[in-house]
Amino acid sequence: MAEFLASIQGSGQELLGVAWIPLWTVIKIAVLLAPLMFCVTYLTWAERRIIGAMQVRPGPNRVGIFGLLQPLADAVKLFVKETLIPTGADVPVFLLAPLITLGAALVAWAVVPFSAELILADVNIGILYVLAISSLGVYGVLVSGWASNSRYAFLGSMRSAAQMVSYEVALGFTIIPVIMLAGSLSLKDIVAAQSDMWNIIPLLPLFVIYFISGVAETNRAPFDMVEAEAELVAGFATDYSAMAYGMFFLGEYANMILVSTLGALMFLGGWLPPLAFLGFIPGIVWLIIKIGVLLFFFLWIRATFPRYRYDQLMRLGWKVFLPLSLFWIGVTGVVLHLTGRVPG
Amino acid sequence: MSASAQLDNYTLNFGPQHPAAHGVLRLVLELDGEMVVRADPHIGFLHRGTEKLLEHKTYLQGLPYFDRLDYMSPMAQEYPWVLAIERLLGIEAPPRAQYIRVIFAELTRILNHLLFLGAHGLDVGAMTMFIYCFRERERILDMSEAACGARIHAAYFRPGGVAMDLPDGLVDRIAEFVADFPSKIDDYETLLTGNRIWKQRLVGIGVVGPDQALDLGFVGPMLRGSGIAYDLRKAEPYDVYDRLDFDIPVGKNGDCYDRYLVRVNELRQSTSIIRQCLEQMPDGPVRHDNFKVSTPYREEMKSGMESLIHHFKLHTEGLTIPAGEIYTAVETPKGEMGVYLIADGSNKPYRVKIRAAGFNHLQALDTMVRGHLLADVTTCVGTIDIVFGEIDR
Repeated sequence: MAEFLASIQGSGQELLGVAWIPLWTVIKIAVLLAPLMFCVTYLTWAERRIIGAMQVRPGPNRVGIFGLLQPLADAVKLFVKETLIPTGADVPVFLLAPLITLGAALVAWAVVPFSAELILADVNIGILYVLAISSLGVYGVLVSGWASNSRYAFLGSMRSAAQMVSYEVALGFTIIPVIMLAGSLSLKDIVAAQSDMWNIIPLLPLFVIYFISGVAETNRAPFDMVEAEAELVAGFATDYSAMAYGMFFLGEYANMILVSTLGALMFLGGWLPPLAFLGFIPGIVWLIIKIGVLLFFFLWIRATFPRYRYDQLMRLGWKVFLPLSLFWIGVTGVVLHLTGRVPG
Repeated sequence: MSASAQLDNYTLNFGPQHPAAHGVLRLVLELDGEMVVRADPHIGFLHRGTEKLLEHKTYLQGLPYFDRLDYMSPMAQEYPWVLAIERLLGIEAPPRAQYIRVIFAELTRILNHLLFLGAHGLDVGAMTMFIYCFRERERILDMSEAACGARIHAAYFRPGGVAMDLPDGLVDRIAEFVADFPSKIDDYETLLTGNRIWKQRLVGIGVVGPDQALDLGFVGPMLRGSGIAYDLRKAEPYDVYDRLDFDIPVGKNGDCYDRYLVRVNELRQSTSIIRQCLEQMPDGPVRHDNFKVSTPYREEMKSGMESLIHHFKLHTEGLTIPAGEIYTAVETPKGEMGVYLIADGSNKPYRVKIRAAGFNHLQALDTMVRGHLLADVTTCVGTIDIVFGEIDR
């Protein structure tokens, strides 16, 4: 695989010279994004089917076999509809907001490794980069609520600003012990450090906090305060239609997959098989299975739980998760020191 | 910005087009941040002038309008109307008809409380509840269809009994449902009752004390949630309720959670009432034998001239009621529903006043949500269990 890629690169450079580098980057981005967008659209299908099954109803089953063409039909619909712009809206900002959300959701994928070799940009601070980018995603929601000039959207974006920032903090702290165990900020090294034992075993409470914070971070039920349809109609997305709305939607689902992927990489051993003798199965398969399990939890939670109230959500974030994850950082540090396993 | 800058409250127009408006509720909310300072309900979007329309209809023609008041518990709404007519006429329905009416009144209570559960769940964000509840609602609506041909707008209760006897097999279907339903209630409770998020969202929200509840004119589950065990089925039993054994669930704290528990327990009580009715129900006619009041049997109409005349008179001119006035109230799923009927001796009412439970409950919304957060408004709207058909009339 690696030789094959090197040979392509070599011949490409011979053929095009300097122009090859941007072209090669674009190709790599396309190779990453095409399957990602495919997964995002089919995640919407899976969500509707799985929640449908939980709610004793079939879900979409009319377009294609098992409704498999439904995401396509939805996409066509979203593309051909008119993007309505409210009279009072700040037009450039209004249109920029979904771009920020989707852009941030996609850019974060640059540093995500899918196996020891399969990685777009192997930077040594991968995890820091992901955190930074996902913080940028808040702006899309925040700005959209402001630009819509609608009261529901405004309240929604106010909530989102507070919620996403709070949970970012808890999320950040759950990652620190993982970094401490691996001694590296690179996601590749973090997975490699789990070859003896997956991080979920020593860090189980943190994994739970990470996952719940992840649900809150992506604004999914039961933390979907930002768009809580019973209170705020559709929150920040109230005034969005057609593809502008579709981009928020894609961004949300891409973020869900991102949180699941990071969870799988940091806590579930990434592409490592659960038992050594299962190593003949390619690592990417394991990764996909692990991501799938986490995504299933996202959907399961959504079908089961009532929604938190805004103040309860903030309390959970600051008063429960934050002290707990801080405490666990301390515990990890002490244990690492006592056992003399502090990494290089 | 000057030092004396005025901070205004944020006014939010909630409805009438809103996912949690339960139809056409319009609330003008004054918010301080997310905290509700004032909630001002606006009504009238579903006003159809039922009371005025009734003055121009014969008594029997007026009956279907009652299904359309609280369209989520249709048959229970017909009850006070037929009872008012029966009492003014001084007649009583035959026993079998009384049992059938109680069975369907209780099935309707289940119907209504299932909608409450589902919609309340949806308001608070538990969307699966809605679909589970509607699965069972569908079974009850099918029974309604089997009995009278209509799923919702039944027009099944008639002065002097019910429109027709239960079809073959329906009793078995109801018995099967009653046997099966408690396990479904357990399912609902598994999802909600012990759920921490559900409790966090409901406990201590919209607290109304017993005195306050009486002052606000609460009835039904809302009143019982505040700890007052008042139920017209016990206080002033009508039809065969005095022969049935059931409890009145009562809450303690008067918050949304207690009202939820009261209604869930009422589901169990209603199931037991229906079971008892099925055991006790005798055979016999389902219409009163005074055919100037109730429709003659079709077989007799084919041969007997008198029956034919009765039928013709009843369905053209309608029945006449001697002059008089009466207030009749029954315990509908949402509480006391009363009909104040003034008859002037003709075939049409002189005046009808309908007392709907939801109207009083809605006026309490402001009291309930003041000082709570925006999210609690939907919880309180849900706990009131409003249907605009009966509020706007």
